[in-house]
Amino acid sequence: MATYLEFIQQNEERDGVRFSWNVWPSSRLEATRMVVPLACLLTPLKERPDLPPVQYEPVLCSRPTCKAVLNPLCQVDYRAKLWACNFCFQRNQFPPAYTGISEVNQPAELMPQFSTIEYMIQRGARSPLIFLYVVDTCLEEDDLQALKESLQMSLSLLPPDALVGLITFGRMVQVHELSCEGISKSYVFRGTKDLTAKQIQDMLGLTKSAMPMQQARPAQPQEQPFVSSRFLQPVHKIDMNLTDLLGELQRDPWPVTQGKRPLRSTGVALSIAVGLLEGTFPNTGARIMLFTGGPPTQGPGMVVGDELKTPIRSWHDIEKDNARFMKKATKHYEMLANRTAANGHCIDIYACALDQTGLLEMKCCPNLTGGHMVMGDSFNTSLFKQTFQRIFSKDFNGDFRMAFGATLEVKTSRELKIAGAIGPCVSLNVKGPCVSENELGVGGTSQWKICGLDPTSTLGIYFEVVNQHNAPIPQGGRGAIQFVTQYQHSSTQKRIRVTTIARNWADAQSQLRHIEAAFDQEAAAVLMARLGVFRAESEEGPDVLRWLDRQLIRLCQKFGQYNKEDPTSFRLSDSFSLYPQFMFHLRRSPFLQVFNNSPDESSYYRHHFARQDLTQSLIMIQPILYSYSFHGPPEPVLLDSSSILADRILLMDTFFQIVIYLGETIAQWRKAGYQDMPEYENFKHLLQAPLDDAQEILQARFPMPRYINTEHGGSQARFLLSKVNPSQTHNNLYAWGQETGAPILTDDVSLQVFMDHLKKLAVSSAS
Amino acid sequence: MSVNQSAPPVPPFGQNQPVYPGYHPASYGGQPGPAVPASPYGAYNGPVPGYQQTPPQGVPRAPPSSGAPPASMQAPCGQTTYGQFGQGDIQNGPSSTAQMQRLQGSQQFGPPLAPVVSQPAVLQPYGPPPTSTQVTAQLAGMQISGAVSHAPPSSVLGYGPPTSLASASGSFPNSGPYGSYPQSQAPPLSQAQGHPGVQPPLRSAPPLASSFTSPASGGPRMPSMTGPLPPGQGFGSLPVSQPNHVSSTPSHALPPGTQMTGPPGTQMTGPPVPPPSMHSPQQAGYQLQQNGSFGPARGPQPNYESPYPGAPTFGSQPGPPQPLPPKRLDPDAIPSPIQVIEDDRNNRGSEPFVTGVRGQVPPLVTTNFLVKDQGNASPRYIRCTSYNIPCTSDMAKQAQVPLAAVIKPLARLPPEEASPYVVDHGEAGPLRCNRCKAYMCPLMTFIEGGRRFQCSFCSCVNDVPPQYFQHLDHTGKRVDAYDRPELSLGSYEFLATVDYCKNNKFPSPPAFIFMIDVSYNAIRTGLVRLLCEELKSLLDYLPREGGAEESAIRVGFVTYNKVLHFYNVKSSLAQPQMMVVSDVADMFVPLLDGFLVNVRESRAVITSLLDKIPEMFADTRETETVFAPVIQAGMEALKAAECAGKLFLFHTSLPIAEAPGKLKNRDDRKLINTDKEKTLFQPQTGTYQTLAKDCVAQGCCVDLFLFPNQYVDVATLSVVPQLTGGSVYKYACFQVENDQERFLSDLRRDVQKVVGFDAVMRVRTSTGIRAVDFFGAFYMSNTTDVELAGLDEDKTVAVEFKHDDRLSEESGALLQCALLYTSCAGQRRLRIHNLALNCCTQLADLYRNCETDTLINYMAKFAYRGVVNSPVKTVRDTLITQCAQILACYRKNCASPSSAGQLILPECMKLLPVYLNCVLKSDVLQPGAEVTTDDRAYVRQLVSSMDVAETNVFFYPRLLPLTKSPIDSTSEPPAVRASEERLSSGDIYLLENGLNLFVWVGASVQQGVVQSLFNVSSFSQITSGLSVLPVLDNPLSRKVRGLIDSLRAQRMRYMKLIVVKQEDKLEMLFKHFLVEDKSLSGGASYVDFLCHMHKEIRQLLS
Repeated sequence: MATYLEFIQQNEERDGVRFSWNVWPSSRLEATRMVVPLACLLTPLKERPDLPPVQYEPVLCSRPTCKAVLNPLCQVDYRAKLWACNFCFQRNQFPPAYTGISEVNQPAELMPQFSTIEYMIQRGARSPLIFLYVVDTCLEEDDLQALKESLQMSLSLLPPDALVGLITFGRMVQVHELSCEGISKSYVFRGTKDLTAKQIQDMLGLTKSAMPMQQARPAQPQEQPFVSSRFLQPVHKIDMNLTDLLGELQRDPWPVTQGKRPLRSTGVALSIAVGLLEGTFPNTGARIMLFTGGPPTQGPGMVVGDELKTPIRSWHDIEKDNARFMKKATKHYEMLANRTAANGHCIDIYACALDQTGLLEMKCCPNLTGGHMVMGDSFNTSLFKQTFQRIFSKDFNGDFRMAFGATLEVKTSRELKIAGAIGPCVSLNVKGPCVSENELGVGGTSQWKICGLDPTSTLGIYFEVVNQHNAPIPQGGRGAIQFVTQYQHSSTQKRIRVTTIARNWADAQSQLRHIEAAFDQEAAAVLMARLGVFRAESEEGPDVLRWLDRQLIRLCQKFGQYNKEDPTSFRLSDSFSLYPQFMFHLRRSPFLQVFNNSPDESSYYRHHFARQDLTQSLIMIQPILYSYSFHGPPEPVLLDSSSILADRILLMDTFFQIVIYLGETIAQWRKAGYQDMPEYENFKHLLQAPLDDAQEILQARFPMPRYINTEHGGSQARFLLSKVNPSQTHNNLYAWGQETGAPILTDDVSLQVFMDHLKKLAVSSAS
Repeated sequence: MSVNQSAPPVPPFGQNQPVYPGYHPASYGGQPGPAVPASPYGAYNGPVPGYQQTPPQGVPRAPPSSGAPPASMQAPCGQTTYGQFGQGDIQNGPSSTAQMQRLQGSQQFGPPLAPVVSQPAVLQPYGPPPTSTQVTAQLAGMQISGAVSHAPPSSVLGYGPPTSLASASGSFPNSGPYGSYPQSQAPPLSQAQGHPGVQPPLRSAPPLASSFTSPASGGPRMPSMTGPLPPGQGFGSLPVSQPNHVSSTPSHALPPGTQMTGPPGTQMTGPPVPPPSMHSPQQAGYQLQQNGSFGPARGPQPNYESPYPGAPTFGSQPGPPQPLPPKRLDPDAIPSPIQVIEDDRNNRGSEPFVTGVRGQVPPLVTTNFLVKDQGNASPRYIRCTSYNIPCTSDMAKQAQVPLAAVIKPLARLPPEEASPYVVDHGEAGPLRCNRCKAYMCPLMTFIEGGRRFQCSFCSCVNDVPPQYFQHLDHTGKRVDAYDRPELSLGSYEFLATVDYCKNNKFPSPPAFIFMIDVSYNAIRTGLVRLLCEELKSLLDYLPREGGAEESAIRVGFVTYNKVLHFYNVKSSLAQPQMMVVSDVADMFVPLLDGFLVNVRESRAVITSLLDKIPEMFADTRETETVFAPVIQAGMEALKAAECAGKLFLFHTSLPIAEAPGKLKNRDDRKLINTDKEKTLFQPQTGTYQTLAKDCVAQGCCVDLFLFPNQYVDVATLSVVPQLTGGSVYKYACFQVENDQERFLSDLRRDVQKVVGFDAVMRVRTSTGIRAVDFFGAFYMSNTTDVELAGLDEDKTVAVEFKHDDRLSEESGALLQCALLYTSCAGQRRLRIHNLALNCCTQLADLYRNCETDTLINYMAKFAYRGVVNSPVKTVRDTLITQCAQILACYRKNCASPSSAGQLILPECMKLLPVYLNCVLKSDVLQPGAEVTTDDRAYVRQLVSSMDVAETNVFFYPRLLPLTKSPIDSTSEPPAVRASEERLSSGDIYLLENGLNLFVWVGASVQQGVVQSLFNVSSFSQITSGLSVLPVLDNPLSRKVRGLIDSLRAQRMRYMKLIVVKQEDKLEMLFKHFLVEDKSLSGGASYVDFLCHMHKEIRQLLS
């Protein structure tokens, strides 16, 4: 066991990969019976301080359909200077530069420890990073002021040679020209009219210069800055200008009458931003950063009318098919997202408002382009300010933790095919021999585009074992997968990261134990959750839950040890033991439950769930609960109502929220002011401990979680109460009033009930 | 007043008319006729044929030979007289004298002369008899002399102002007799002089004919002549005669006629007798005068020839149309606008015009007079074609005189006259008739002790509201009548209540938006820099209400080429913000706050903006522009700001950029004179009409300044200004150096002038007539309300009335023009103008109370509107026909019976032919080769809102000799008739028509004069086409420049000066404005046209 855990952890650290199965069933039939598909979570740009990029280009397999990168798994004939591709078995000559290789003089990519390697490409033009701010001006004065300050601050964080642009919108959309002296100049667009990219470029006067540019590609780098100079300028040049411009930015001047929402042209603003970049910097790393303080209320992409008496759509409306703008708006943003993705740009949405802002409709923009989605109550909160600041955080090398315009290519050995991927990516529609017909997530391709990604961006990639049952794989055979990620580094270099992994095949009939032992239940839970959430986007909630339940039951049937029809006999091995619990919490999570969440919130949660790495994803599925008491050091406790005790301080991390909860007694003590008395300094320390820990989490996480400091009986305690397993409720009275925990007022089933049912169903021969 | 009253004499005048028969020329012509059949007619120019007076004269004619004799007869006489004349003043020669001279000349020359000189060719042939050499000489002189010959009499008079003479003569003869009235005496002389012109022919004939009966008169004349002559020479005196003129008016018809050739024939035969009978005494007097004049005339002749290089041309003119030669009429013998104007000035300029009495004909527009409002609107606000309206539509139809009023509701008054009082009736609002909604005015009758009032428009009896009640005095007048402007004045204003406001909301102050083309052309010519610089200071002079300290008007700025740039100039900004709108297909206003600002508050930002604009676009390479979206943007901006206002557009080129209202170049000269010509005047697309409609609804007036290098399709671009009550200014090939002053001056005036916004005008009339048609710059969505997005002090609306019932002489015809508008301070007001006209059952009364200038104004507008729908030729023919009908009706119904060969014109309309001819020859109706399609469209829309004074000078330019009157005289020099004949190569002349200003320099002007005016030593060194006179410190230069300045000040638009040298290329341009001459584009000369008109009339009569 330990070995497998170590193996998994080691693999994750080295390659950023977590497979659901670390030993692969060798036939298609067997694989399907495993219930949890063969899949992996891949963090393409996992931070590897110990991995300096090599300064040359990768050696590729010469077979045009393969083009796999030379890797440690390849057979190498040092004498003949030949290498055999481990995917297609093509024998290839080493390029001239490799003439000196030998067993003792190996290039890095042949060394086993370099299963992941990063190449730095020197050729090709470097284009600066581009940041295009798209700013809503229909904000309250405070909010706008705070936003302006944040934006001004961000200018100092940008790399000096980065290009910035500014679009503001309200009733109209203004594209600001940044190079003007003495007069500030902007192009204004009506907020109600959808324009094609061509129209936008015409109207911005970009067409003439853009045309020759495309024809004369080599000249691109020289021309580009020139072409776009009016709207996108190097930070160092227009720093002052832009600061002033932002400073003078006014609230949208158009009067908003009583009972109306301000007219907000988000759809057109975004469309113009996309069109602008499309016309000037296609296939160059760029971020469109949309800051909005409310829902789009006019034009294409409007989410709600401007009448305040008509509330913005709720899940209830959507279920009743009562959200009249939703479909059209969604279509608009999807179209934009796809265009943006095609150009290699990404869209961030920073939505700060108390009400919904239309994230449901706009979610595809960040989802498909790898942009960020941040939701807050106001721009004037530290949540937004710090989150925004964190976008520009730097890594150990002093580089921004962001990369652009990546393409991820997956190659598999013959026994495998690619079923799809789930994550912040779009399909590039590259068909090939290793693409499966069965799709899981975004499938039908072996390549995806990830326009914006950071070191934690994680994709779930699903495979299908295609080896037939009657063609057994020789003993000791291994399946291999190669991930090739080409991207634009934040230093503007082009880089290629190649990860090649291999796993053993095992015959599921004879070696089920091996396979079972190599099950990574955490990865599996997350991968299954991604599948579920992916389905939830397009299917009815209950259907998804049913599907999840069935999968879980089937898994238990397959891998549980039990006597038929005897629930009490049911046992799961260690490698599966946590899995049902994950599923239990997943079913209750906001990713699948929409109750109590607005459509925007659901979209927000799902967005993050689909891109965070395994650890964070698990926290999202099953929040972590720490308990602080005088009884000992802080300890993790069960996410259970029984953990809520009067003399404890609880710290819950749900990823989106950090909740500090003071038990009843503690709260009373604090109220009495003991912490201020020197003799109760230990109490003060106790109070302080969770705060410090929370701070630590806050420091590291993106987006910044909502920080909730509450106590027994506090209204905000609901955040905690809604998450814990309701083991004690008003229904099971035996716990009522006892010191053993806090009852939760809910009709939800508890984990215990859930497990009982599961066992019953698993052992039932009927299902 | 008195004059009008004098009207009664008219009948007698009518009789006078016979004088016309004076058309001796015809007879003369007739003589030549023998040689050429046409010749008889020839006497009457083109019209000759028409001039069948000959028939009557037929005698002379028929027997060509006989005719000839008469000629000879005359000739001799003429000779004698002429001889004298010839010796006479040179001066005479030039002006009307010319005609005189002609006679003389002709006479001198011998027989040929006699035959109306005008037909030199013919004459010459005849001439031969006398002396070939002379003939030739004559030829040259002929024309002149020809004219002279007739003119002689008139010439004398006209001397200074030949025209006046002519007219005078025309009128005088009759007037003399009739008018002679008391006034006549003093005047008589003058009249005589005037007549002389007219009579001359008669006389001349007579004199010549001495043998004839006429001689008798001649005899007397002679004596009188002498007397008069002196005065004649002192031209001034002659003009003075005009007073008579007025009086004479009734008779006028005669004079012209008389002048015409008629006399010879008639006189020769019986005719002389008849007229004599009537006029005899007077005539005699006249003749005498004439004779006298003749004497002096002679002198002139010589001069004429020399100075009149034109003469040759003259000859040439007649020459080309071979048949014409015989036609020649004596130009001095025909009614002269100059004389009429001078007479009116002298007679009516001195006393204020008091409007108390119904149906008074006001003085001419060319006369300076004061108005005292005593219950009728000042003629500055309303002028009518006739102040005496036929009672029935039958009469009106018979007379064919259009019944129209030309209304200038916001006309600017001279400082001596008080602007309309503002009446505030509080919340109740203005008092109105319940039925027809007419506003309370002096014409309403209070009855039942003041408790009720009867509407004089619809006769409805209304209750007087208690708060308005007042007792009546013994005359039935309200006791407070003189305390209330609305009960005692013709023009006044009411404060409107909220009911009169759009959306029942008091309006906000209007706004001005300056929209500047910044395409390559505009930048290159320096226009943008110039304009921005000017605006900086001009913004301090926005119109303001009464004594307000600062203007309430807000301003906004837009620049554009293919896209539009709006500017945020909010006072709180450190620098202006520019907002570009490229979505021209779907224009909108990108900002609200900060676009329209108070000038004072945002001064710094505006200045900074105006500094920036030329810089920002200095390197532009954009040549394409849009147009409709610009207007739309301005309109939307006003809409967003919920106010009315005015857009000032500065535009350079045909809008070919892809956008609504995009135009293509469709200029095609080949269409001229085809049925498709009208398309050139029609807008290319309906976009602009729709746009204009929206503008009107918003109260958005558009003033357009065009700076084209080539065709810009003024016809289409001016649609919006035209329909929104705006103005169009055009500066072709604009160059800062040359056109700066003109443009800036126009701009300043346009920006500063008083303007009302979002106006609706309604003309109410008393039962019996109805306003049926409207002309001007406005939009109408129904048949009664004239909607004007903007209306400034220069804009006029012409209204035509038709009968829908009988009128009664007793109650007359009443007009009330109510204009609801928003003042420049944002105050909603109603301006009311009332005017009462007389009604008549006798056509003669109608003809006696007509105003030719107004008539021409109306007819020109009518014709100019017509060209959009009908071929130009049709329009011209319609005009001619109508004119002929008017005159024929007069002849038939009002004039005393006389020979058909006589052309008889009503006194009030004796200038109708000459003016109408000017209209017919104008660029719109008969374009010359150098006139562009744009020019025509431009003029067309310009004329549509011109007032009477403007059309008057526009169609008949003023030609002022600069070097004739003593340098130290401060008054304006007397004008001369617009004919090349009147130019002397030894002089310098100034010509203006309200749009153009020329200084014509004769080839033989004294060096000293050249030096003191142009600062060069000789004629040849004067730069042709010069547009500025050097500023020199000498009396002549100061005087001329002063004169130019004062002329410019009088006109609505700055007139660009062009110095033209005699015999220079540019002279062609100048000659275009000598409207009495035949024009290069085929327009008839005055004389020819008169003959033609005569022919038409005769046809109608027969």
